[in-house]
Amino acid sequence: MIRVMLPAHLRALAHVDGEVTLDVEGEATQRSVLDALEARYPMLRGTIRDHVTQQRRPFVRFFACEQDLSHEQPDAPLPDAVVMGTEPFFIIGAIAGG
Amino acid sequence: MSGVRVLVGTRKGAFVLTSDGKRELWDVSGPHFAGWEIYHLKGSPADPNRLYASQTSGWFGQIIQRSDDGGKTWHQPGTPPGEPTTTPDGMPKGESNKFVYDASPETGKPLTKHQWYDGKLRPWEFKRVWHLEPSLTDPDTVYAGVEDAALFRSTDGGQTWRELSGLRGHGTGPDWQPGAGGMCLHTILLDPSDPGRIYIAISAAGAFRSDDAGQTWRPINRGLKSQYIPDPNAQVGHCVHRIAMHRSRPGVLFMQKHWDVMRSDDAGESWQEVSGNLPTDFGFSIDVHAHEPDTVYVVPIKSDSEHYPPEGKLRVYRSRTGGNEWEALTKGLPQRDCYVNVLRDAMAVDSLDSCGVYFGTTGGQVYASADAGDTWAPIVRDLPAVLSVEVQTLP
Repeated sequence: MIRVMLPAHLRALAHVDGEVTLDVEGEATQRSVLDALEARYPMLRGTIRDHVTQQRRPFVRFFACEQDLSHEQPDAPLPDAVVMGTEPFFIIGAIAGG
Repeated sequence: MSGVRVLVGTRKGAFVLTSDGKRELWDVSGPHFAGWEIYHLKGSPADPNRLYASQTSGWFGQIIQRSDDGGKTWHQPGTPPGEPTTTPDGMPKGESNKFVYDASPETGKPLTKHQWYDGKLRPWEFKRVWHLEPSLTDPDTVYAGVEDAALFRSTDGGQTWRELSGLRGHGTGPDWQPGAGGMCLHTILLDPSDPGRIYIAISAAGAFRSDDAGQTWRPINRGLKSQYIPDPNAQVGHCVHRIAMHRSRPGVLFMQKHWDVMRSDDAGESWQEVSGNLPTDFGFSIDVHAHEPDTVYVVPIKSDSEHYPPEGKLRVYRSRTGGNEWEALTKGLPQRDCYVNVLRDAMAVDSLDSCGVYFGTTGGQVYASADAGDTWAPIVRDLPAVLSVEVQTLP
């Protein structure tokens, strides 16, 4: 079970409070977690990754275990603590703008 | 008793302002989609409970929202709360924010670049929806004007969108360039007398017309003069800010260009300047009285580098002669120290017997006049910067 923490605006879009928990088939990677997230909350499609290119949107960042994972490969395995559910996978809107 | 519903898009959310036909006491609902930029929201002429909204964010991109109950509740089309989030065959829904340019070899492929500020060519890149124009007859059909400039249409209530690529592909696309606000398609006018005729306008490309429901297009900019481009009389490159028409006379168009207020009496085939005695002919918004096709409203703005009213006096100007002769409307509007702007989509009229006129400012005020502009009063004073104002006249 993967725990995902969404930024406030995306929690509002998905109509959820607090953490989201996901069952991910196969290896837990950025891609597989985001695929599972979007399958469960399709209203989030296009808000984290571009609809067509599947690239991370420029002002969205991924963190876990006090590490910035934003530039990791999409298919790289996530840290064990995220896979075990002891640490959440954070999706964060960059601090910018007004 | 009839009433009005004013739909306000701001930098930080949407607001719905309602009143009865007297338009004296107002109920304010919002912010909806708090914290998001709401470039535009508009109701369907065929079903006043059907509203569409463009919700955007520099972080999370474009969202399309829809209400089927006059703005009380909203959902992203295709994924209503409580409904299954996948289709029966297991495919996820949620395509309502998917705006993908036509890249087919037949129409899209040769047209994938436009001018950038530095004169170089740059690929089309979707950024946001500036304007949503619901069909006059079908609540499920709605047009979207987007940045980078293109026209999309949905025929399933906003669930999916398809580009009408004949516009971007008619030939002048590679000569289009962004204005200061981006290369946006901001005006969509549907001709109530001819289902095939659509007018659109783009900053900074100009005005265009289709006579076959959006399949083919051509520029309609003859008579426009823009000193800020290499050929002031060029076929495209004009920074048109807004076009308005009266539904009883759809072949007559009024335009607020970057500089100049213009009029066409032949469906855009040619334009004549009607700036007349305006204190400045720069501005963004323009609209037409609901019952008097020759009564036109503009809000003059000092200049392209000083986006506020001249002399710090917020004045709406009204022409009752279809242009050239303008009178200042000031009663109830601030006449000193006012340095707000009124953006291109931030003026609208209702269709009650005594025509109501409404506009919003970048200072967060929404002003209303229930007597065609003779007197004004603020409905609200302290909203976030207003991006758009639309009005629904309710039975």
